Amino acid sequence: MSAAPLLEVRDLRVHYGAIEALRGVSLEVAAGEVVALIGANGAGKSTTLRAISRMIRATAGSVRLDGEELLRLPPHRLVARGLAHAPEGRGIFLDLSVGENLALGAWLRRDRAGVAADRARMHDLFPILAERRDQPAGTLSGGEQQMLAVARALMSRPRLLLLDEPSLGLAPQVVERIFGVLREVNRAGVALLLVEQNAHQALRLAHRALVLETGEVAMRGTGPELLASPEVRRAYLGE
Amino acid sequence: MPARLVELLQHLVNGLSVGTIYALIALGYTMVYGVLKLINFAHGDVYMVGAFSGYYLAGRLVPERAAGAPPPGLAGATLQAALVTLGAMAVCALLGLAIERFAYRPLRGRARLTSLITAIGVSLLLEYGFQLQPIRGLPVAFPPGPTPRFFPELLPRADWSLGGVSLSNYDVIGLAVAVALMIGLQLVVYRTRFGTAMRAVSFDPKVAALMGIPVDRIIAGTFALGSALAAAAAILNAVPRPQIHPLFGLLPGLKAFVAAVLGGIGSVPGAMVGGLALGLAEELVAGYTASSFKDAIAFTVLILVLLFRPDGLFGRARVEKV
Ligand SMILES: Nc1ncnc2c1ncn2[C@@H]1O[C@H](COP(=O)(O)OP(=O)(O)OP(=O)(O)O)[C@@H](O)[C@H]1O
Ligand SMILES: [Mg+2]
Repeated sequence: MSAAPLLEVRDLRVHYGAIEALRGVSLEVAAGEVVALIGANGAGKSTTLRAISRMIRATAGSVRLDGEELLRLPPHRLVARGLAHAPEGRGIFLDLSVGENLALGAWLRRDRAGVAADRARMHDLFPILAERRDQPAGTLSGGEQQMLAVARALMSRPRLLLLDEPSLGLAPQVVERIFGVLREVNRAGVALLLVEQNAHQALRLAHRALVLETGEVAMRGTGPELLASPEVRRAYLGE
Repeated sequence: MPARLVELLQHLVNGLSVGTIYALIALGYTMVYGVLKLINFAHGDVYMVGAFSGYYLAGRLVPERAAGAPPPGLAGATLQAALVTLGAMAVCALLGLAIERFAYRPLRGRARLTSLITAIGVSLLLEYGFQLQPIRGLPVAFPPGPTPRFFPELLPRADWSLGGVSLSNYDVIGLAVAVALMIGLQLVVYRTRFGTAMRAVSFDPKVAALMGIPVDRIIAGTFALGSALAAAAAILNAVPRPQIHPLFGLLPGLKAFVAAVLGGIGSVPGAMVGGLALGLAEELVAGYTASSFKDAIAFTVLILVLLFRPDGLFGRARVEKV
């Protein structure tokens, strides 16, 4: 019998007006695990992440982190429970400086020394964030903003990180770099729930994966299983 | 000094003195707009409440002197003036919190028009509530009723003439206090945790909540801060121009709104520059053409800004990178 999962999503439903975007999604992420969520455009991947992190309201269902129901907490309480979300579109505060954006990831943390150490680590991982520290984040390129989004999410020292297409629109070397960082972060014990168009990269990193289709889980398996599945290869790996 | 120069300098002094008042009020509009994307049309009335709070506080702190009693020393009077100002700021901060909590928060997430109508409702409530006859049994005559009241002289006035330009200690103190408040605000907005959170909420409240920022509390704090600045503006204005009445926030409120739009609604430096620019423009146009134009300037400015530069002087169109 395995231990209770870190994140347990049960029968999650979300409506946008009359449209039902999620029709009862259930999934689990164990501590330290990487779970990939793949699917076509409009399948409901971002909606799933947004409902978990309370950027949008779920109509029904349950989201438990360590057994605690998140849907009953005010959204700003989640980060203190160990949940971070690098949302679709990156969610960078373009008016604020790069340094301020990074610091906002650690807004709740009181351990100054720990925050300073983490900032130094992010500067090592992504030197551009140190170079452009005092400039408005709006002056960063799209890829640089993506690095900032990942780094900012890590600044809260999450136990579970939700990532929405961290490789979208990035040059191949930058994708390598971001996935390298994610692999390293996961090795340090952070669980990842990863939404990706880049299914190859995602499935290679993931322990387990789910395929979403029109708001429902159509397939689940381990990363290698889905990588080997002819349907997945045809639909999402462009073969 | 040549007479023309004296006249110009005099207009500049007067324009700055009014402009700082507009700037302080405009800051409240612009900060609340920043976090809520709502024009708080009750803000001019908060300013009015600030003046009356000062009036009542002064009535308690500075009782009528018995004939022949010695005047308070300058230090004593300064302390009293500071207490009255801080007290009025505290009252308005609480009023701002109450307005946010009971009028706007229940409507969060509803259609924007609903909040706008509520703002007008709160405004009318304060304007007409203050015109009711005093309630019997209260220690002070509250509400004040529609008759104008005279704001007490908190500090003895001293008039000076500098090479023909007349200037009073009120002008100097008013300018100094307003500048100090604006510098203080700038530090709060750009150098504190609260200020960073406020700017984050202005940009995107949903993502701000992901950072752990308690969005509702930041919004409430923003209302309190803006309302306290309006109260300070009211005292600074009521000391040299002492007539106050329940509708006396109407025109300054509208003009400060124009100043905020001129500076770029949502921009803190914009509100400061917009307020000063509007005060100077009013004074110069009125001084060199006809003073009956004075109140029309603001609305002319509003129309011009909306036609030619709707984002205001400091407003930026937001471009999001994809
Ligand atoms: N704010 C919204 N209002 C109305 N419908 C929405 C909204 N956001 C998403 N939807 C709809 O919900 C469905 C799921 O959208 P979602 O963004 O979750 O898809 P996705 O799987 O993330 O797609 P993509 O790969 O293109 O990012 C889509 O049909 C989309 O059109
Ligand atoms: Mg998406």
